[in-house]
Amino acid sequence: MFYLIQLLNAVQYGLLLFLLSSGLTLIFGIMGVINLAHGSFYMVGAYLTYWLSKMTGSLWFAIPIGTAIAFAIGLLLETTIIRRLYRRDHLYQVLLTFGLILVFEELRSIFFGDEVHGVAVPEVLNFSIPLTETLSYPVYRLFITAVCLAIAALLYFVIHKTRAGMMIRAGNSNPEMASALGVNIPLLFAAVFAVGIALAAFAGAIAAPVTSVAPGMGNQVLIVCLVVVVIGGIGSINGAMIASLLIGLADTLGKILAPEYSGVAVYLLMAAILLWRPQGLGNKS
Amino acid sequence: MSAANLLEARGLHSYYGASHILHGIDFAVGTGEVVGLMGRNGMGKTTLLRTLLGLVPARQGEVRIDGRIMTNAAPHRIARQGVAYVPEGRGIFANLSVRENLLMAARPAADGNTLWTFERVLDTFPRLAERLDHGGQQLSGGEQQMLAIGRALMTNPRLLILDEATEGLAPLIAREIWRILDRIRASAIAAGVAIVVVDKNFAALSAIANRNLILVKGRIVFEGSGSELKAQPELMQQHLGI
Repeated sequence: MFYLIQLLNAVQYGLLLFLLSSGLTLIFGIMGVINLAHGSFYMVGAYLTYWLSKMTGSLWFAIPIGTAIAFAIGLLLETTIIRRLYRRDHLYQVLLTFGLILVFEELRSIFFGDEVHGVAVPEVLNFSIPLTETLSYPVYRLFITAVCLAIAALLYFVIHKTRAGMMIRAGNSNPEMASALGVNIPLLFAAVFAVGIALAAFAGAIAAPVTSVAPGMGNQVLIVCLVVVVIGGIGSINGAMIASLLIGLADTLGKILAPEYSGVAVYLLMAAILLWRPQGLGNKS
Repeated sequence: MSAANLLEARGLHSYYGASHILHGIDFAVGTGEVVGLMGRNGMGKTTLLRTLLGLVPARQGEVRIDGRIMTNAAPHRIARQGVAYVPEGRGIFANLSVRENLLMAARPAADGNTLWTFERVLDTFPRLAERLDHGGQQLSGGEQQMLAIGRALMTNPRLLILDEATEGLAPLIAREIWRILDRIRASAIAAGVAIVVVDKNFAALSAIANRNLILVKGRIVFEGSGSELKAQPELMQQHLGI
Protein backbone atom coordinates (compact mmCIF):
# COMPACT_ATOMS: atom_id res chain seq x y z
CA MET A 1 0.00 0.00 0.00
CA PHE A 2 2.83 2.32 0.84
CA TYR A 3 4.25 1.67 -2.59
CA LEU A 4 0.89 2.23 -4.28
CA ILE A 5 0.74 5.66 -2.69
CA GLN A 6 4.27 6.42 -3.81
CA LEU A 7 3.46 5.24 -7.31
CA LEU A 8 0.37 7.47 -7.42
CA ASN A 9 2.46 10.40 -6.23
CA ALA A 10 5.12 9.65 -8.85
CA VAL A 11 2.53 9.58 -11.65
CA GLN A 12 0.86 12.75 -10.43
CA TYR A 13 4.19 14.57 -10.22
CA GLY A 14 5.23 13.20 -13.60
CA LEU A 15 2.02 14.33 -15.30
CA LEU A 16 2.33 17.79 -13.80
CA LEU A 17 5.88 17.92 -15.15
CA PHE A 18 4.51 16.93 -18.54
CA LEU A 19 2.12 19.89 -18.62
CA LEU A 20 5.03 22.15 -17.78
CA SER A 21 7.58 20.71 -20.14
CA SER A 22 5.35 19.99 -23.16
CA GLY A 23 5.20 23.71 -23.87
CA LEU A 24 8.89 24.15 -23.18
CA THR A 25 9.89 21.36 -25.56
CA LEU A 26 7.56 22.59 -28.32
CA ILE A 27 8.84 26.15 -28.03
CA PHE A 28 12.43 24.92 -28.07
CA GLY A 29 11.82 22.43 -30.90
CA ILE A 30 9.70 24.62 -33.16
CA MET A 31 10.99 28.14 -32.60
CA GLY A 32 14.45 27.19 -31.36
CA VAL A 33 14.05 29.39 -28.29
CA ILE A 34 15.25 28.28 -24.86
CA ASN A 35 12.63 29.91 -22.68
CA LEU A 36 14.17 30.09 -19.23
CA ALA A 37 11.16 32.08 -18.07
CA HIS A 38 8.91 29.06 -18.65
CA GLY A 39 9.05 28.15 -14.96
CA SER A 40 8.00 31.69 -14.06
CA PHE A 41 4.62 30.94 -15.57
CA TYR A 42 4.22 28.01 -13.22
CA MET A 43 4.61 30.63 -10.51
CA VAL A 44 2.34 33.12 -12.31
CA GLY A 45 -0.36 30.45 -12.57
CA ALA A 46 -0.07 29.59 -8.88
CA TYR A 47 -0.12 33.21 -7.70
CA LEU A 48 -2.99 34.18 -9.98
CA THR A 49 -4.93 31.22 -8.62
CA TYR A 50 -4.10 32.21 -5.05
CA TRP A 51 -5.22 35.78 -5.71
CA LEU A 52 -8.33 34.96 -7.76
CA SER A 53 -9.52 32.26 -5.38
CA LYS A 54 -9.10 34.62 -2.42
CA MET A 55 -11.05 37.32 -4.29
CA THR A 56 -13.87 35.07 -5.47
CA GLY A 57 -13.70 32.18 -3.04
CA SER A 58 -13.79 29.68 -5.88
CA LEU A 59 -10.92 27.61 -7.21
CA TRP A 60 -13.12 26.54 -10.12
CA PHE A 61 -13.24 30.15 -11.20
CA ALA A 62 -9.62 30.95 -10.37
CA ILE A 63 -7.97 28.17 -12.41
CA PRO A 64 -9.53 28.87 -15.85
CA ILE A 65 -9.35 32.65 -15.48
CA GLY A 66 -5.75 32.49 -14.28
CA THR A 67 -4.86 30.24 -17.21
CA ALA A 68 -6.59 32.60 -19.65
CA ILE A 69 -4.68 35.58 -18.24
CA ALA A 70 -1.41 33.65 -18.62
CA PHE A 71 -2.35 32.81 -22.24
CA ALA A 72 -2.87 36.52 -22.90
CA ILE A 73 0.46 37.39 -21.28
CA GLY A 74 2.12 34.70 -23.40
CA LEU A 75 0.61 36.13 -26.58
CA LEU A 76 1.73 39.63 -25.62
CA LEU A 77 5.26 38.48 -24.76
CA GLU A 78 5.63 36.52 -28.00
CA THR A 79 4.50 39.35 -30.24
CA THR A 80 6.52 42.04 -28.48
CA ILE A 81 9.72 40.36 -27.26
CA ILE A 82 10.16 36.62 -27.89
CA ARG A 83 9.55 36.98 -31.65
CA ARG A 84 12.76 39.02 -31.92
CA LEU A 85 14.78 36.10 -30.59
CA TYR A 86 14.04 33.49 -33.26
CA ARG A 87 16.91 34.44 -35.52
CA ARG A 88 19.26 35.23 -32.67
CA ASP A 89 21.97 33.26 -30.98
CA HIS A 90 21.10 31.17 -27.90
CA LEU A 91 23.10 33.61 -25.76
CA TYR A 92 20.58 36.40 -26.45
CA GLN A 93 17.71 34.04 -25.72
CA VAL A 94 19.20 32.96 -22.41
CA LEU A 95 19.96 36.56 -21.40
CA LEU A 96 16.54 37.88 -22.29
CA THR A 97 14.49 35.03 -20.84
CA PHE A 98 16.65 35.07 -17.69
CA GLY A 99 15.86 38.77 -17.48
CA LEU A 100 12.17 37.88 -17.68
CA ILE A 101 12.58 35.58 -14.65
CA LEU A 102 13.90 38.54 -12.64
CA VAL A 103 11.07 40.75 -13.86
CA PHE A 104 8.41 38.20 -12.92
CA GLU A 105 9.98 37.60 -9.49
CA GLU A 106 10.10 41.35 -8.86
CA LEU A 107 6.50 41.82 -9.97
CA ARG A 108 5.51 38.95 -7.69
CA SER A 109 7.31 40.63 -4.81
CA ILE A 110 5.60 43.97 -5.49
CA PHE A 111 2.08 42.60 -5.84
CA PHE A 112 2.05 39.62 -3.49
CA GLY A 113 5.01 40.13 -1.16
CA ASP A 114 7.62 37.54 -0.25
CA GLU A 115 5.54 35.38 2.08
CA VAL A 116 4.52 31.82 1.41
CA HIS A 117 0.83 31.38 0.69
CA GLY A 118 -1.52 28.45 0.60
CA VAL A 119 -4.59 27.72 -1.47
CA ALA A 120 -7.42 25.69 0.03
CA VAL A 121 -8.50 22.44 -1.59
CA PRO A 122 -12.10 22.92 -2.77
CA GLU A 123 -14.77 21.49 -0.48
CA VAL A 124 -16.04 18.76 -2.85
CA LEU A 125 -12.59 17.24 -3.27
CA ASN A 126 -11.34 17.80 0.25
CA PHE A 127 -11.36 14.21 1.49
CA SER A 128 -9.18 11.13 1.30
CA ILE A 129 -9.75 7.59 0.21
CA PRO A 130 -8.73 5.25 3.05
CA LEU A 131 -6.38 2.51 1.85
CA THR A 132 -5.42 0.87 5.15
CA GLU A 133 -6.12 1.72 8.77
CA THR A 134 -3.39 4.33 8.83
CA LEU A 135 -2.86 5.24 5.16
CA SER A 136 -5.17 7.15 2.88
CA TYR A 137 -4.86 9.04 -0.41
CA PRO A 138 -6.15 12.59 -0.95
CA VAL A 139 -8.76 12.79 -3.70
CA TYR A 140 -7.50 16.15 -4.92
CA ARG A 141 -4.24 14.49 -6.03
CA LEU A 142 -6.24 11.93 -8.02
CA PHE A 143 -8.13 14.84 -9.52
CA ILE A 144 -4.84 16.46 -10.64
CA THR A 145 -3.77 13.16 -12.20
CA ALA A 146 -7.05 12.76 -14.07
CA VAL A 147 -7.08 16.32 -15.39
CA CYS A 148 -3.43 16.09 -16.51
CA LEU A 149 -4.17 12.81 -18.28
CA ALA A 150 -7.14 14.39 -20.06
CA ILE A 151 -5.05 17.35 -21.19
CA ALA A 152 -2.21 15.09 -22.31
CA ALA A 153 -4.69 13.04 -24.37
CA LEU A 154 -6.15 16.20 -25.89
CA LEU A 155 -2.66 17.47 -26.73
CA TYR A 156 -1.78 14.14 -28.32
CA PHE A 157 -4.98 14.20 -30.36
CA VAL A 158 -4.45 17.77 -31.58
CA ILE A 159 -0.82 17.21 -32.54
CA HIS A 160 -1.22 13.81 -34.19
CA LYS A 161 -4.75 13.77 -35.57
CA THR A 162 -5.67 17.28 -36.65
CA ARG A 163 -4.58 19.52 -39.49
CA ALA A 164 -3.39 22.18 -37.03
CA GLY A 165 -1.20 19.48 -35.50
CA MET A 166 0.21 18.56 -38.92
CA MET A 167 1.08 22.22 -39.46
CA ILE A 168 2.74 22.43 -36.04
CA ARG A 169 4.84 19.33 -36.81
CA ALA A 170 5.61 20.63 -40.31
CA GLY A 171 6.66 23.94 -38.77
CA ASN A 172 8.83 21.99 -36.35
CA SER A 173 10.52 20.11 -39.21
CA ASN A 174 10.97 22.98 -41.69
CA PRO A 175 9.26 26.32 -40.94
CA GLU A 176 10.41 27.92 -44.20
CA MET A 177 8.90 25.15 -46.33
CA ALA A 178 5.69 25.27 -44.32
CA SER A 179 5.40 29.02 -44.91
CA ALA A 180 5.97 28.55 -48.65
CA LEU A 181 2.97 26.20 -48.59
CA GLY A 182 0.77 28.86 -47.04
CA VAL A 183 1.15 28.23 -43.31
CA ASN A 184 1.10 31.50 -41.37
CA ILE A 185 4.26 30.83 -39.38
CA PRO A 186 4.23 33.99 -37.18
CA LEU A 187 0.65 33.20 -36.12
CA LEU A 188 1.49 29.52 -35.56
CA PHE A 189 4.51 30.43 -33.43
CA ALA A 190 2.55 32.93 -31.35
CA ALA A 191 -0.18 30.34 -30.76
CA VAL A 192 2.27 27.59 -29.80
CA PHE A 193 4.10 29.94 -27.42
CA ALA A 194 0.92 31.17 -25.75
CA VAL A 195 -0.52 27.65 -25.41
CA GLY A 196 2.79 26.45 -23.91
CA ILE A 197 2.71 29.31 -21.42
CA ALA A 198 -0.94 28.62 -20.60
CA LEU A 199 -0.13 24.93 -19.93
CA ALA A 200 2.68 25.92 -17.54
CA ALA A 201 0.39 28.37 -15.74
CA PHE A 202 -2.37 25.75 -15.60
CA ALA A 203 0.06 23.32 -13.98
CA GLY A 204 0.92 25.95 -11.36
CA ALA A 205 -2.77 26.72 -10.85
CA ILE A 206 -3.99 23.16 -10.40
CA ALA A 207 -1.01 22.25 -8.19
CA ALA A 208 -1.43 25.32 -5.96
CA PRO A 209 -3.58 23.54 -3.35
CA VAL A 210 -1.02 20.74 -2.87
CA THR A 211 2.16 22.83 -3.02
CA SER A 212 2.91 26.07 -1.27
CA VAL A 213 2.62 29.21 -3.37
CA ALA A 214 6.08 30.59 -2.72
CA PRO A 215 8.76 32.89 -4.17
CA GLY A 216 11.14 31.13 -6.53
CA MET A 217 8.79 28.18 -7.07
CA GLY A 218 9.17 28.52 -10.84
CA ASN A 219 12.94 28.23 -10.79
CA GLN A 220 12.87 24.87 -9.03
CA VAL A 221 10.57 23.32 -11.61
CA LEU A 222 12.42 24.94 -14.52
CA ILE A 223 15.54 22.85 -13.92
CA VAL A 224 13.55 19.62 -13.83
CA CYS A 225 11.63 20.68 -16.95
CA LEU A 226 14.89 21.26 -18.82
CA VAL A 227 15.89 17.73 -17.80
CA VAL A 228 12.59 16.44 -19.21
CA VAL A 229 13.26 18.22 -22.51
CA VAL A 230 16.75 16.73 -22.74
CA ILE A 231 15.66 13.19 -21.83
CA GLY A 232 12.53 13.28 -23.99
CA GLY A 233 14.26 14.82 -26.97
CA ILE A 234 13.86 18.44 -28.08
CA GLY A 235 10.49 19.09 -29.67
CA SER A 236 9.04 15.66 -28.94
CA ILE A 237 5.72 15.63 -27.09
CA ASN A 238 5.71 11.83 -26.80
CA GLY A 239 9.26 11.94 -25.49
CA ALA A 240 8.29 14.59 -22.94
CA MET A 241 5.49 12.34 -21.68
CA ILE A 242 7.79 9.33 -21.21
CA ALA A 243 10.54 11.49 -19.69
CA SER A 244 8.15 13.21 -17.27
CA LEU A 245 6.85 9.89 -15.96
CA LEU A 246 10.40 8.49 -15.71
CA ILE A 247 11.50 11.51 -13.72
CA GLY A 248 8.46 11.26 -11.49
CA LEU A 249 9.37 7.64 -10.76
CA ALA A 250 13.10 8.30 -10.36
CA ASP A 251 12.47 11.19 -7.99
CA THR A 252 9.99 9.26 -5.88
CA LEU A 253 12.02 6.03 -5.84
CA GLY A 254 15.17 7.98 -5.05
CA LYS A 255 13.50 9.54 -2.02
CA ILE A 256 12.45 6.11 -0.73
CA LEU A 257 15.51 4.01 -1.51
CA ALA A 258 18.34 6.47 -0.94
CA PRO A 259 16.93 9.59 0.73
CA GLU A 260 20.34 11.17 1.26
CA TYR A 261 21.06 10.97 -2.48
CA SER A 262 17.53 11.66 -3.73
CA GLY A 263 18.57 14.98 -5.25
CA VAL A 264 20.83 13.28 -7.77
CA ALA A 265 18.49 10.49 -8.93
CA VAL A 266 16.99 12.65 -11.66
CA TYR A 267 20.39 13.74 -12.94
CA LEU A 268 21.77 10.20 -12.91
CA LEU A 269 18.80 9.22 -15.05
CA MET A 270 19.56 12.08 -17.45
CA ALA A 271 23.25 11.15 -17.67
CA ALA A 272 22.41 7.50 -18.37
CA ILE A 273 19.91 8.39 -21.11
CA LEU A 274 22.27 10.93 -22.66
CA LEU A 275 24.94 8.22 -22.94
CA TRP A 276 22.49 5.74 -24.43
CA ARG A 277 20.37 8.04 -26.64
CA PRO A 278 21.89 11.50 -26.92
CA GLN A 279 19.04 12.67 -29.17
CA GLY A 280 16.48 11.89 -26.44
CA LEU A 281 13.85 9.17 -26.13
CA GLY A 282 11.32 10.72 -28.48
CA ASN A 283 13.58 11.57 -31.42
CA LYS A 284 15.06 9.31 -34.06
CA SER A 285 18.82 9.52 -34.41
CA MET B 1 4.87 43.44 -69.65
CA SER B 2 1.15 42.96 -70.07
CA ALA B 3 -1.61 42.89 -67.51
CA ALA B 4 -2.04 39.18 -68.21
CA ASN B 5 1.13 38.49 -66.26
CA LEU B 6 0.48 36.32 -63.26
CA LEU B 7 3.76 37.19 -61.62
CA GLU B 8 6.06 40.00 -62.56
CA ALA B 9 9.33 41.23 -61.09
CA ARG B 10 11.16 44.42 -61.97
CA GLY B 11 14.68 45.55 -61.16
CA LEU B 12 15.11 42.90 -58.48
CA HIS B 13 18.24 43.11 -56.29
CA SER B 14 18.84 40.48 -53.60
CA TYR B 15 21.68 39.61 -51.27
CA TYR B 16 22.82 36.44 -49.63
CA GLY B 17 24.48 37.68 -46.48
CA ALA B 18 26.88 40.37 -47.68
CA SER B 19 27.14 39.15 -51.26
CA HIS B 20 25.07 40.80 -53.94
CA ILE B 21 23.38 37.94 -55.84
CA LEU B 22 20.66 39.43 -58.07
CA HIS B 23 21.56 42.52 -60.10
CA GLY B 24 18.34 44.05 -61.36
CA ILE B 25 16.31 41.13 -62.68
CA ASP B 26 13.21 41.67 -64.80
CA PHE B 27 11.12 38.54 -64.85
CA ALA B 28 7.53 37.69 -65.78
CA VAL B 29 5.33 34.61 -66.04
CA GLY B 30 2.03 34.70 -67.86
CA THR B 31 -1.03 32.64 -67.04
CA GLY B 32 -0.52 29.02 -68.12
CA GLU B 33 3.01 29.71 -69.35
CA VAL B 34 5.98 27.40 -68.76
CA VAL B 35 9.29 29.17 -68.19
CA GLY B 36 12.61 27.31 -68.03
CA LEU B 37 15.32 28.90 -65.91
CA MET B 38 18.90 27.91 -66.73
CA GLY B 39 22.43 28.80 -65.78
CA ARG B 40 25.41 27.32 -64.02
CA ASN B 41 25.53 26.79 -60.25
CA GLY B 42 25.81 29.94 -58.18
CA MET B 43 24.39 32.25 -60.86
CA GLY B 44 21.35 33.19 -58.74
CA LYS B 45 18.59 30.87 -59.97
CA THR B 46 17.59 29.68 -56.51
CA THR B 47 17.93 33.19 -55.06
CA LEU B 48 15.63 34.53 -57.80
CA LEU B 49 12.99 31.91 -57.03
CA ARG B 50 13.31 32.46 -53.29
CA THR B 51 13.02 36.23 -53.71
CA LEU B 52 9.83 35.79 -55.75
CA LEU B 53 8.48 33.53 -52.98
CA GLY B 54 9.25 36.04 -50.24
CA LEU B 55 11.85 33.75 -48.63
CA VAL B 56 14.75 36.08 -49.46
CA PRO B 57 14.20 39.83 -49.04
CA ALA B 58 14.47 42.02 -52.12
CA ARG B 59 16.64 45.07 -51.37
CA GLN B 60 15.45 46.85 -54.50
CA GLY B 61 12.84 46.33 -57.14
CA GLU B 62 9.32 45.00 -56.90
CA VAL B 63 7.37 41.78 -57.24
CA ARG B 64 3.76 41.89 -58.39
CA ILE B 65 1.19 39.12 -58.44
CA ASP B 66 -1.89 39.89 -60.56
CA GLY B 67 -0.54 43.43 -60.73
CA ARG B 68 -0.66 43.79 -56.93
CA ILE B 69 2.62 44.69 -55.23
CA MET B 70 3.78 41.73 -53.12
CA THR B 71 7.44 42.72 -52.67
CA ASN B 72 8.76 41.25 -49.42
CA ALA B 73 5.31 40.04 -48.38
CA ALA B 74 5.28 37.15 -45.91
CA PRO B 75 5.83 33.83 -47.74
CA HIS B 76 2.44 32.48 -46.68
CA ARG B 77 0.70 35.49 -48.20
CA ILE B 78 2.46 34.92 -51.50
CA ALA B 79 1.64 31.21 -51.30
CA ARG B 80 -2.03 32.04 -50.72
CA GLN B 81 -2.04 34.07 -53.92
CA GLY B 82 -1.59 30.73 -55.68
CA VAL B 83 2.17 30.27 -55.83
CA ALA B 84 3.49 26.81 -54.85
CA TYR B 85 7.10 25.79 -54.32
CA VAL B 86 8.99 22.55 -54.92
CA PRO B 87 12.43 23.38 -53.52
CA GLU B 88 15.82 21.98 -54.31
CA GLY B 89 16.27 19.06 -51.91
CA ARG B 90 12.44 18.53 -51.90
CA GLY B 91 11.78 19.94 -48.41
CA ILE B 92 9.74 16.90 -47.33
CA PHE B 93 8.57 17.05 -43.70
CA ALA B 94 10.43 14.03 -42.33
CA ASN B 95 8.27 13.76 -39.21
CA LEU B 96 5.03 13.63 -41.20
CA SER B 97 3.68 10.64 -43.11
CA VAL B 98 3.17 10.85 -46.87
CA ARG B 99 -0.56 11.33 -46.25
CA GLU B 100 0.10 14.15 -43.76
CA ASN B 101 2.63 15.84 -46.05
CA LEU B 102 -0.15 16.10 -48.63
CA LEU B 103 -3.04 16.96 -46.29
CA MET B 104 -1.24 19.71 -44.40
CA ALA B 105 -0.93 21.66 -47.65
CA ALA B 106 -4.53 21.13 -48.87
CA ARG B 107 -6.22 24.40 -49.68
CA PRO B 108 -8.70 25.63 -52.28
CA ALA B 109 -7.32 28.10 -54.80
CA ALA B 110 -7.73 31.84 -54.23
CA ASP B 111 -10.79 31.71 -56.53
CA GLY B 112 -12.23 28.79 -54.56
CA ASN B 113 -11.63 25.98 -57.05
CA THR B 114 -10.44 22.60 -55.81
CA LEU B 115 -9.24 21.05 -59.03
CA TRP B 116 -6.50 19.20 -57.18
CA THR B 117 -7.84 16.95 -54.47
CA PHE B 118 -6.09 14.28 -52.41
CA GLU B 119 -7.58 11.65 -54.75
CA ARG B 120 -6.49 13.43 -57.91
CA VAL B 121 -2.93 13.83 -56.62
CA LEU B 122 -2.82 10.10 -55.83
CA ASP B 123 -4.16 9.34 -59.32
CA THR B 124 -1.29 11.38 -60.73
CA PHE B 125 1.27 9.72 -58.45
CA PRO B 126 0.12 6.11 -57.91
CA ARG B 127 3.40 5.32 -56.17
CA LEU B 128 2.48 7.70 -53.36
CA ALA B 129 -0.84 5.92 -52.89
CA GLU B 130 1.08 2.77 -51.97
CA ARG B 131 3.14 4.61 -49.38
CA LEU B 132 0.62 6.83 -47.63
CA ASP B 133 1.56 5.71 -44.13
CA HIS B 134 5.31 5.78 -44.70
CA GLY B 135 7.32 8.53 -43.06
CA GLY B 136 8.55 11.25 -45.39
CA GLN B 137 12.17 10.19 -44.89
CA GLN B 138 11.51 6.57 -45.87
CA LEU B 139 10.93 7.47 -49.53
CA SER B 140 13.40 7.22 -52.39
CA GLY B 141 14.60 10.43 -54.03
CA GLY B 142 12.15 10.06 -56.89
CA GLU B 143 9.23 9.38 -54.57
CA GLN B 144 10.21 12.39 -52.47
CA GLN B 145 10.13 14.57 -55.57
CA MET B 146 6.70 13.20 -56.49
CA LEU B 147 5.54 13.95 -52.95
CA ALA B 148 6.95 17.48 -53.13
CA ILE B 149 5.13 18.09 -56.45
CA GLY B 150 1.94 16.46 -55.18
CA ARG B 151 2.09 18.54 -52.01
CA ALA B 152 2.49 21.73 -54.06
CA LEU B 153 -0.51 20.74 -56.22
CA MET B 154 -2.62 20.23 -53.07
CA THR B 155 -2.56 24.03 -52.66
CA ASN B 156 -4.34 24.35 -56.04
CA PRO B 157 -1.71 26.75 -57.34
CA ARG B 158 -1.83 29.01 -60.37
CA LEU B 159 1.95 29.02 -60.50
CA LEU B 160 4.15 26.05 -59.70
CA ILE B 161 7.83 26.83 -59.02
CA LEU B 162 10.26 23.91 -59.20
CA ASP B 163 13.94 24.25 -58.30
CA GLU B 164 16.22 21.51 -59.68
CA ALA B 165 13.27 19.39 -60.74
CA THR B 166 15.26 16.22 -61.47
CA GLU B 167 18.57 16.76 -59.67
CA GLY B 168 20.01 13.57 -58.21
CA LEU B 169 17.39 11.30 -59.73
CA ALA B 170 18.10 8.19 -61.80
CA PRO B 171 17.51 8.85 -65.52
CA LEU B 172 14.43 6.64 -65.61
CA ILE B 173 12.89 8.44 -62.63
CA ALA B 174 13.86 11.83 -64.06
CA ARG B 175 12.04 10.91 -67.28
CA GLU B 176 8.96 10.04 -65.25
CA ILE B 177 9.09 13.42 -63.49
CA TRP B 178 9.27 15.21 -66.87
CA ARG B 179 6.34 13.14 -68.14
CA ILE B 180 4.32 14.10 -65.06
CA LEU B 181 5.24 17.79 -65.41
CA ASP B 182 4.16 17.63 -69.04
CA ARG B 183 0.86 16.11 -67.96
CA ILE B 184 0.35 18.75 -65.29
CA ARG B 185 1.13 21.42 -67.87
CA ALA B 186 -1.24 19.88 -70.40
CA SER B 187 -4.03 19.48 -67.87
CA ALA B 188 -3.23 22.75 -66.23
CA ILE B 189 -3.29 25.15 -69.15
CA ALA B 190 -7.05 24.98 -69.30
CA ALA B 191 -7.13 25.99 -65.66
CA GLY B 192 -4.45 28.60 -66.23
CA VAL B 193 -1.60 27.12 -64.20
CA ALA B 194 1.89 28.34 -65.00
CA ILE B 195 5.19 26.57 -64.25
CA VAL B 196 8.66 27.97 -63.61
CA VAL B 197 11.24 25.20 -63.61
CA VAL B 198 14.98 25.12 -62.99
CA ASP B 199 16.87 22.12 -64.36
CA LYS B 200 20.20 21.21 -65.93
CA ASN B 201 18.67 19.04 -68.64
CA PHE B 202 18.34 21.52 -71.50
CA ALA B 203 16.65 19.11 -73.90
CA ALA B 204 13.92 18.09 -71.47
CA LEU B 205 13.48 21.65 -70.21
CA SER B 206 13.15 23.26 -73.63
CA ALA B 207 10.72 20.55 -74.71
CA ILE B 208 8.26 21.63 -72.04
CA ALA B 209 9.02 25.38 -71.72
CA ASN B 210 7.45 28.13 -73.84
CA ARG B 211 10.30 30.42 -72.93
CA ASN B 212 13.81 29.94 -71.55
CA LEU B 213 15.97 32.27 -69.52
CA ILE B 214 19.68 32.05 -68.83
CA LEU B 215 20.98 33.63 -65.67
CA VAL B 216 24.64 34.66 -65.37
CA LYS B 217 25.91 36.29 -62.17
CA GLY B 218 22.49 37.56 -61.23
CA ARG B 219 21.64 38.99 -64.64
CA ILE B 220 19.47 37.62 -67.42
CA VAL B 221 21.68 37.17 -70.51
CA PHE B 222 19.23 35.32 -72.72
CA GLU B 223 15.48 35.15 -73.05
CA GLY B 224 13.76 33.23 -75.81
CA SER B 225 12.36 29.94 -77.07
CA GLY B 226 14.27 26.68 -77.05
CA SER B 227 14.82 26.83 -80.81
CA GLU B 228 16.15 30.39 -80.59
CA LEU B 229 18.60 29.21 -77.99
CA LYS B 230 19.63 26.20 -80.07
CA ALA B 231 20.42 28.61 -82.89
CA GLN B 232 23.07 30.21 -80.67
CA PRO B 233 25.35 27.30 -79.73
CA GLU B 234 28.03 29.72 -78.48
CA LEU B 235 25.60 30.95 -75.78
CA MET B 236 24.86 27.41 -74.70
CA GLN B 237 28.54 26.54 -74.71
CA GLN B 238 29.52 29.62 -72.74
CA HIS B 239 26.75 29.75 -70.15
CA LEU B 240 25.46 26.20 -69.85
CA GLY B 241 28.52 24.19 -70.87
CA ILE B 242 26.55 22.24 -73.47
